[in-house]
Amino acid sequence: MPFPKTTETLMSDRNYACQSPEHRISRRSLLAGLLGGSLGTGLVDAGLGHIAGLSHLIRPAVAGELAARQKRVLVFFMAGGLSQLESWDPKPGTDTGGPFRAIPTSVPGVHISELLPYTAQQMHRLSLVRSVNTKEDDHGKGAIFIETGRRDMPGQRFPTLGSAVSRLLAPAGAALPGYVHIQPGGAGVNKADAAFLGPKFASISIDNGKPPADLLRPDGLSPAADLTRNELRRKANQRFTARRRTADTEAYGYSYDQALQLMERADVFDVTKEPAAEQERYGSHDFGRHCLLARRLLEQGMTCVKVSHSNYDTHFENFDFHIEQLGEFDRPFATLIDDLAQRGMLETTLVLVISEFGRTPNINPGLGRDHWGSAWSVAMAGCGIQKGAVIGKTNDNGTAVAEREVDGRHLFHTYLAALGLDPKENYPNLNRPIPIGDPAGEKINELLA
Amino acid sequence: MAEVQPTPAQPPSQPPAPPAAPVMADPTQVRQVKEFKHNRPLFAARVDPSGRFVCTGAQDKLVARWDVDGDKKLELAGHESWVRGMAFQPGGELLLSGDYTGRLAAWRYAAEPPQPPVYTIEAHKGWVRAVAFSPDGATVATCGNDKLVRLWSAADGKPLRELAGHESHVYNVAFHPSGGHLASCDLKGVVKHWDLATGMAVRQLDASVLWKYDPTFKADIGGARGMAFSPDGAWLATSGITEVSNAFAGIGFAVVVLFDWASGERKQVLRPKENFQGVAWAVAFHPAGFIMAVGGGGGGGALWFFKPDQPNPFFEFKLPNNARDLALHPDGLRLAIAHFDNTLRLYDMSPKPAA
Repeated sequence: MPFPKTTETLMSDRNYACQSPEHRISRRSLLAGLLGGSLGTGLVDAGLGHIAGLSHLIRPAVAGELAARQKRVLVFFMAGGLSQLESWDPKPGTDTGGPFRAIPTSVPGVHISELLPYTAQQMHRLSLVRSVNTKEDDHGKGAIFIETGRRDMPGQRFPTLGSAVSRLLAPAGAALPGYVHIQPGGAGVNKADAAFLGPKFASISIDNGKPPADLLRPDGLSPAADLTRNELRRKANQRFTARRRTADTEAYGYSYDQALQLMERADVFDVTKEPAAEQERYGSHDFGRHCLLARRLLEQGMTCVKVSHSNYDTHFENFDFHIEQLGEFDRPFATLIDDLAQRGMLETTLVLVISEFGRTPNINPGLGRDHWGSAWSVAMAGCGIQKGAVIGKTNDNGTAVAEREVDGRHLFHTYLAALGLDPKENYPNLNRPIPIGDPAGEKINELLA
Repeated sequence: MAEVQPTPAQPPSQPPAPPAAPVMADPTQVRQVKEFKHNRPLFAARVDPSGRFVCTGAQDKLVARWDVDGDKKLELAGHESWVRGMAFQPGGELLLSGDYTGRLAAWRYAAEPPQPPVYTIEAHKGWVRAVAFSPDGATVATCGNDKLVRLWSAADGKPLRELAGHESHVYNVAFHPSGGHLASCDLKGVVKHWDLATGMAVRQLDASVLWKYDPTFKADIGGARGMAFSPDGAWLATSGITEVSNAFAGIGFAVVVLFDWASGERKQVLRPKENFQGVAWAVAFHPAGFIMAVGGGGGGGALWFFKPDQPNPFFEFKLPNNARDLALHPDGLRLAIAHFDNTLRLYDMSPKPAA
């Protein structure tokens, strides 16, 4: 089977994404809107900070238009380490290729594994990086490198992409948390994600797609009593934080305020509110529900949604397990990509499919593949990303990167650049300068739209 | 519906006649007598009814034919992926093989030079995990990842019947020696007994000891990797992995589950004396009444000999490498074992001559 060239591009028009003229807010419509309505600090994020002082004068219609421009991130984390050979970089017929075939996609010349037939039909909206070499075969360290863009270093943690964009892109005063992690099991706040940004920007885990616990007001508590109680709490909190303000106390107060707003929008987390036909399109299994919930949260303006799909750590029976796991992943993922595109959201939503690492080309005696950070793939789509591009390549049997080697630093720079952020800038309002991306990294220019 | 390709003109080819009746085997004397080298890990092995050939499937697209008593190797090309399911036609000239893509291929395996398949069928959506011949050689059964068992006319590959009812991938299939009944076993250890006259599942046997849903990894592991009826039809054996504590690392133990076919009762769970971490990839009955199974795991390969009434082997033999499949030669003395290290090995159970 012929393999695609190093870089293949379906679309020659690079003006389609977030910066496209039709998605810019025209000066005329903005001025026309300065007669009513209100808008928060999203103006600053929209690059319109110079008129933010007039935001209270903007009409709701324009506010909606600005909200539609809000950039978002959707991360699919293939927990355990997705095999690149059974997904984005198949090598059928080779000693490492495994039993599956490669299938054509909607991008001429680009083939992916036959385990992803629905995804193959969305390939014109995706791009692949087939030359990732993170040199990291440890689950924890691999996840840190790919999600923070920096290698794990003792005593030092940097924010994950979700926390970074929650800090840099989420509108102030948003009712929903900036970063939600939908995972098969476990709930809570993951402070480590936010590192020095503080717990306000940490991810909140949603246990198996279920709404956060105790989201609704108990029946025995009247709205009036609840309001009185919260006013008392707020006053006590203000008094305390006036003298002892820290990131944690700020997050404490913020979490209460946000919880109050969340209670008003509890149905955001309830996918059963979606029409039955929509639920059917995504499938009745957990991952299908999680994808539908992700769409729902993104539609409601959440800045970053991470969906973890478990599990790909296939040291044994790699092929059986990839049939099972990718069989579950393929259709809901492709459906979500298509839905985001159809709803005009893909151009403002950066989508990533990442893992801690890939899996060994070598097939072990148990028909498994082991950890492999030396030559693997990630997929991206949406905001700021080329459509249908394939960046880099591995050698004939996938044992090494052959062209355009990149690692977690380059990918992290690329994520940020795709969102219109400068990864070489420092995080704002810290007491010391800390660059957003690892200074040693560079964005992958040819992947950017 | 399966697609049947036209049968190309074929030169006549007849397999040799079966060998004479076997002499008494002594498993405690088993020893390696020969090995054949392939260039990819082997995945399947079957000995033809004449005892002249062993055919293997491997982690490539080939079926290889080896001369048991010589060094000759032929390669049969026509598959699109790895071959695990294979069966020889009793009293006939065909070998049927199934691959990961769902393709079933029929070969006149004795023909020289090697011929293209007599026919190929896109038999299943997904992997053809096992192939079995009816005792009269007229019908082929296949099973696969589309949760179906299918029956085909061996002569021309025409579909005869579709047996639906499994709710997970069907891992194995075997004809009862009587010919009128079929057993199939799926990923979750559900064994179905099919009446071939009606196409109905008449009962279900419980081999769920071969299966586990691992909640940590959100995945099922199990299935009957090996399956066989005893020659008299009294016993059904299935083999695989049990007591899995970590699905993705394959941490579990090799096991054979033995059913009394008449009652459907599980009579024995056969295990090595010391737990063997890995999978019992294949199981077969010897005409003398004992059971043979091979396995592979972190500690290498092993060959076990069981009696139906005892839970532990009466003899164990360490193999030089992980074993993926096992076939008994018609002489009742030799075993062909497919190994992970690209090697087909022949073992002999004949009594050693007196010194």
